[in-house]
Amino acid sequence: MENKNKESKIRQLTDKQKTELAELEATLIGLIDCVQTISVSKEKEKVLSNIAKTQKKIKHIKLGGILSKETKRNLVAYSFIAPNFIGFMVFTLGPIMFAFLLSFMKWDGNNAMDFVGINNFLRLTDDVRFKAAFVNTVVYSLATVPLTLLFALGLAIILNQKVKFRNVFRTASFFPYVASLVAVAAVWNMLFSPANGPVNMLLANLGVAVKNLPKWAADKHFAMLTVILFSVWKSMGYYMVIYLAGLQGISAEMYEAASLDGANSWQKFKSITWPMLQPTTFFVVVILTINCFKVYDQIYMITQGGPGTSTLVLVYHIYDTAFKSWDLGYASAISVVLFLLVLIVTLVQFKGEKKYANS
Amino acid sequence: MKTSKIKLSRILLYAVLIFITLLMLIPFVWMLSASLKLDKDVFTFPIQWIPENPRWQNYKNIWTKIPLAKFILNTTKLTLIVTTLQILTSSFAAYAFAKLQFKNRNLLFLAYVATIAVPWQVYMVPQFMMMRSFGLNDTHLAIIFLQTFSAFGVFMMRQFYQGIPDELCEAARIDGMSEYKIYKRIMLPLSKPALSTLVIFTFVGTWNDFLGPMIYLKTESKKTLQIGLRMFISQYSSEYGLIMAASVISLIPVLIIFIALQKYFVEGIASTGIKG
Repeated sequence: MENKNKESKIRQLTDKQKTELAELEATLIGLIDCVQTISVSKEKEKVLSNIAKTQKKIKHIKLGGILSKETKRNLVAYSFIAPNFIGFMVFTLGPIMFAFLLSFMKWDGNNAMDFVGINNFLRLTDDVRFKAAFVNTVVYSLATVPLTLLFALGLAIILNQKVKFRNVFRTASFFPYVASLVAVAAVWNMLFSPANGPVNMLLANLGVAVKNLPKWAADKHFAMLTVILFSVWKSMGYYMVIYLAGLQGISAEMYEAASLDGANSWQKFKSITWPMLQPTTFFVVVILTINCFKVYDQIYMITQGGPGTSTLVLVYHIYDTAFKSWDLGYASAISVVLFLLVLIVTLVQFKGEKKYANS
Repeated sequence: MKTSKIKLSRILLYAVLIFITLLMLIPFVWMLSASLKLDKDVFTFPIQWIPENPRWQNYKNIWTKIPLAKFILNTTKLTLIVTTLQILTSSFAAYAFAKLQFKNRNLLFLAYVATIAVPWQVYMVPQFMMMRSFGLNDTHLAIIFLQTFSAFGVFMMRQFYQGIPDELCEAARIDGMSEYKIYKRIMLPLSKPALSTLVIFTFVGTWNDFLGPMIYLKTESKKTLQIGLRMFISQYSSEYGLIMAASVISLIPVLIIFIALQKYFVEGIASTGIKG
């Protein structure tokens, strides 16, 4: 039984390996014959070591044959994955798990960690800044998601038609997305400067009284609006490209058939474009919402969370708590809340998508 | 009657298009214009789009006002290393996930997918503490590790490779090609659109990254362009011309990469399924 098993394993060898194996076995027999006739111990030792080497080679080829199918295939695949996966495990997966662990600890980064259970999470309920950050993040997302979606879809529909200089228009509307945030936020701050910025100058020229001119980032009622306008302007080009890709998946015949039936543009949009784009819209909403929850850079560049706490968002609060107060466990607890927020939104949207697909 | 109606809707279409394009581009034109002005002329109204005496001096002065060359050098180095590593390692891994059968394949891939939705900000604190314990804070290596191993790259490349027929690989295998050769000779040349898309995202992401370098890089000579620019803006907040000149300079490499690769871009997004 065992022998048969071995036989079948050996059969998986290639022809080349088989000849090599036969040759080695012949050599081995020759060597063993030889060793019996030699009496000089030095020579004998040499031949014995040769025997051992040959036996090792035979074993290696046989085992190599066994490895070749299953294990070898796995090893090749792992060699493809390893360069990325090891880095991914150490620098992403590890820290993610560490983050959850840390949310139950009290730690200043230097002294030993203290296990505090759910204390960090209980602290959140009394934290005024956390509450403001939470509400602001939600408000920011609720405004930014639909606005960006609307503009991105509108622009994509226009740019999906045969218009002249289509590529120039596409590139132009995508450019804010790839442009450095620090640079464009600097322009934005100047354009919306309350005292002499071109936007307020324009408003004044249009007849808005000087005392009614908004102070934009400096006014707690307008600061969030300034950030939202900036975000929509900066990122709509990206979502437009995603919508363009979605639109290209709708066949032209559907529109032709609708035209023959005398449908107007709005009817075509309502009964073809919008329903056909449902998967794309779903994807855009999920990605957009997650990105809104992560907002930080533009807040830092335009309002620094102020005035007061009017534009303080979760990530800003995490940053301050971690790298200014060095309250690392508590910062991780806020991170966990951020994570749960993302998780809930994603799950709700997936559920909604399923319901839509079934109905 | 009908043709005039079509003509009118065409005109309206172009009007909307030009209006939106202007909205997208005006800030950049204003930036360029302001970068050639004296500080006192930046806010004149009505806006003087083309300055009478363009002040090219701003583009000269900015190099001496801050170590701009050093910042650019640092950012270029980081961006090139990260983009190359990211492209290589993620397309390599993606090939295995898309075209090879192996033990625990789905489990390992699930690990990638599950982390895509976890915002980096959730684990930036423990990640920082870990890097610090490796002695990597205030080093460029930290930024490289931070940016290179993204789950997004692997996910995107895998989606693309799945669209390539398996028969192609099978045929090559029967011809006795090793998996490494199949990857190099067949998959890589076919994946130009996806690679271009990933190059744009990685290049732009690393070049423009702000929070990462801000947390890790403390020594001035190691800082990147974005933090340098930010530093300059807060220190010399009324040197408008210089701020705008530096901003224009910071946009040039991204503009070049984007224009060079953009013809593959929509194709890449369409075929990799990041459209959902």
